[in-house]
Amino acid sequence: MGARETTVNVLLVLLLPAVALTALFIGEAFYITLATRIAILALAAVGLNIALGLGGLVSFGHAAFFGLGGYVAGVLATHAFNMEPVAFGLPGTTAMPAIWLVAILLCGLVALPIGLVSLRTSGVYFIMITLAFAQMIYYFAISWPAYGGEDGLSLSMRNGFPGLNTAKPFPYFVVVFVLLLAGLLLFHRLRASRFGAALEAARQNPARLAAIGISPFAIRLVAFVLSAMITGLAGALFADLNRFVSPSMLSWHMSGELIVLIILGGKNRLFGPLAGAALYVLFEYALGGLTERWQLFLGLVLLAVVFFARGGLIGLLAGRPRHG
Amino acid sequence: MVEPVLDVKGLEKSFGALKATNGASLDLRPGEIHALIGPNGAGKSTLINQISGALAPDAGSIRFLGTDITMLDTARRARMGLARTFQISSLAQEFSALRNVMLAVQARQGTSLRFFRPVASDVSLTEPAMRMLSRVGLADRANVPAAALSHGERRQLEIAVALAMEPKAFLLDEPMAGMGPEGSKALTGFLDGLRREAPILLVEHDMDAVFALADRVSVLVYGRIIATGSVSEIRNDPEVRRAYLGEPA
Amino acid sequence: MSLALLIEQFLNGLQLGVMLFLIAAGLTLIFGVMGLINLAHGSLYMVGAFACATVAAATGSFWLGLVASLAAAAAAGALMEVAIIRRLYARDHLDQVLATFALILIFSEGTRWLFGSFPLYLDIPPLLQGAVALPGGGQYPLYRLAIIGVGVIVAIGLYLLIGRTRLGMRIRAGESDREMIAALGIDIRSLYTIVFAFGAALAGLAGALVGALQSVQVGMGEPALILAFVVIVIGGIGSIKGALIGAILVGLVDTMGRFLLPKALALMMPATQAGPVGAALASMLIYIVMALILAFRPSGLFSART
Repeated sequence: MGARETTVNVLLVLLLPAVALTALFIGEAFYITLATRIAILALAAVGLNIALGLGGLVSFGHAAFFGLGGYVAGVLATHAFNMEPVAFGLPGTTAMPAIWLVAILLCGLVALPIGLVSLRTSGVYFIMITLAFAQMIYYFAISWPAYGGEDGLSLSMRNGFPGLNTAKPFPYFVVVFVLLLAGLLLFHRLRASRFGAALEAARQNPARLAAIGISPFAIRLVAFVLSAMITGLAGALFADLNRFVSPSMLSWHMSGELIVLIILGGKNRLFGPLAGAALYVLFEYALGGLTERWQLFLGLVLLAVVFFARGGLIGLLAGRPRHG
Repeated sequence: MVEPVLDVKGLEKSFGALKATNGASLDLRPGEIHALIGPNGAGKSTLINQISGALAPDAGSIRFLGTDITMLDTARRARMGLARTFQISSLAQEFSALRNVMLAVQARQGTSLRFFRPVASDVSLTEPAMRMLSRVGLADRANVPAAALSHGERRQLEIAVALAMEPKAFLLDEPMAGMGPEGSKALTGFLDGLRREAPILLVEHDMDAVFALADRVSVLVYGRIIATGSVSEIRNDPEVRRAYLGEPA
Repeated sequence: MSLALLIEQFLNGLQLGVMLFLIAAGLTLIFGVMGLINLAHGSLYMVGAFACATVAAATGSFWLGLVASLAAAAAAGALMEVAIIRRLYARDHLDQVLATFALILIFSEGTRWLFGSFPLYLDIPPLLQGAVALPGGGQYPLYRLAIIGVGVIVAIGLYLLIGRTRLGMRIRAGESDREMIAALGIDIRSLYTIVFAFGAALAGLAGALVGALQSVQVGMGEPALILAFVVIVIGGIGSIKGALIGAILVGLVDTMGRFLLPKALALMMPATQAGPVGAALASMLIYIVMALILAFRPSGLFSART
């Protein structure tokens, strides 16, 4: 990383707590929620960035994992509230750590078969197949009536974290922000590790990677599953933020948005997802206040990024990436 | 007779109506350099691709170190010790020369599923990788991205990557291509010593290098091996002279 | 379950398949010739539907609306190609996905701006109102049969166009060898624009035809687009024949699955459960079929490119 990129990254990390703290002192809880939303979307995109940025795997179906994570939070909380077992006599729960664990494991389990089929293909096929699998889960959620179907599922209250009052915006922001930092640290370590080296080589030249004895398929599968797990965790957090989960979290539009976050910030940059999420949410907030048609402008900005600013926001601020 | 390291029997491969490999058989014995030559379009690349696992043959068998590897994928063959170099493109263009070789070291160790320890400060990778770069004379270019290396340097990097795999056999696909006379001479000397570490199946157009290095030469024409023998046998084989060296019989 | 009901559902599946073919044919042609993945293809379908509904409402003629849908979708496609798409041919798939995703946002919001958020309605033309008697004693809407007929005509037309005409020859040449057709002196830029506009017109036609069956609204293109993706992935990207077979397969599996699965499950479990479980499974069925096909043939049934 260049010195400028480091500076930009430090500023980006400080931005969210600064906003949240300021909002706390001036008593504007809305801005804490805004910062929390940025952090959660950033975490979801950090997950996707493992597959897309490091591995070059353009998954157009990561909403599946984002939504599944959300439904884990909603379903477990609902069962706990109604005091009904979820399945096999296991109870629901409102404890966030347990919910996160289930969300992460479930997303990993679902990503495994999806990855096994999808990763046999590449290029456009991979894009469309991941999209199709996500649609499959989306339609399942819509037509399965037990958890609200099309209407979604409301959480009567935000799930709890031992020792914190998560119902208040600021403690919940702290929980989310710490998880985002953990996700960023994980991404950073992963990229620098042996696995990261193999994954990046699988993006650059899969045939050559196989020729030195590393199977690109196996490396990509692990990356895809890890990526789904992190995005799933973010989904659980998102459901708790809104105290609501619905099939829209599983929609293809959501998958597209997750990709957009990464590209807006800068592909394959450690802090790209955070920069992208901040930009996206601010954009939504600023333009959404002015016009209902803000997505039209989002489309124009996106075109501009594709054609004129391929490094995204971090690329604009910090120049080209360095490689060692 | 010593058992061959690599034993290819009766390989066939067709693309539509074109028979690119037509019953090709050859073997590679311990300690030798076996050169595979043939005119353009003879099917050398198709044959090498089948041996390395990039293409599946329609018929025939490939044995390596006494094991049938015909059905194994490229990565499995490489892990067994079959190291192939390529004519074009490096392993990872965006990575430095050193990281390219480190990747081969980690592949050799089978440690690609380690997620946390940074490779940059990992001497169990950097030290062997640097050693390989020094052997091919690229040590001072270790931190240059592969994409920024000169053509000749990339050929050297190819060899360093192959060395790092500590292979039981080398498949070298035109290692001299595009090298200047100086570079070719240096590489010829290097390969001459390399055969003591592992035998080499050498696909090469540079006849000076082939005649200087090869213990045996096989000639591939229209997907078929028309002759195998020592350099002098091949030079004097009438069929080879007719089919390949373009001389009237 | 009567025979007539079964035949009716089968025809519904065929009709869905035909609609999907009209959308998928353009999508797969554009990918085959230009190597481009176009998410905004569903927007062209929407443009066709809106054009037909608007013109039909203004003139009172569905047929004028149909002509307008072809013209509007082709024009929108040509404009899209010249302004944006042609800059994407040399880019990677990620850039193509992003830029065409952006186009969806722009088209959707632009349409909402022009027409508002309320759906438009399009009546079936008088000529095609009414029903046809089915063997076994049922009735089937004439309009849906007409859609199936249109699909058959388009499929035959495409077969002749690509196999027998100069334009088709150029398209086939473009698929296999861009440099060769450039060397032949064919203006590849305008060929691409023509192919793109042609694919757009087919999608617009589909939108107009479907517009008389359901409401015409923003967002109608996306579910159709995603089904069309499933179709071309199953059929093999770039293959018109694959698109046809994939479309019929998806249409039939989806429709028959929704019809038969709840009934089949009712034999095994209480009816109150069989309904929702069957519906949920049926909605996933085509994706399961797709996954199975890809597990054995990763590049589809009739892949033009391997």
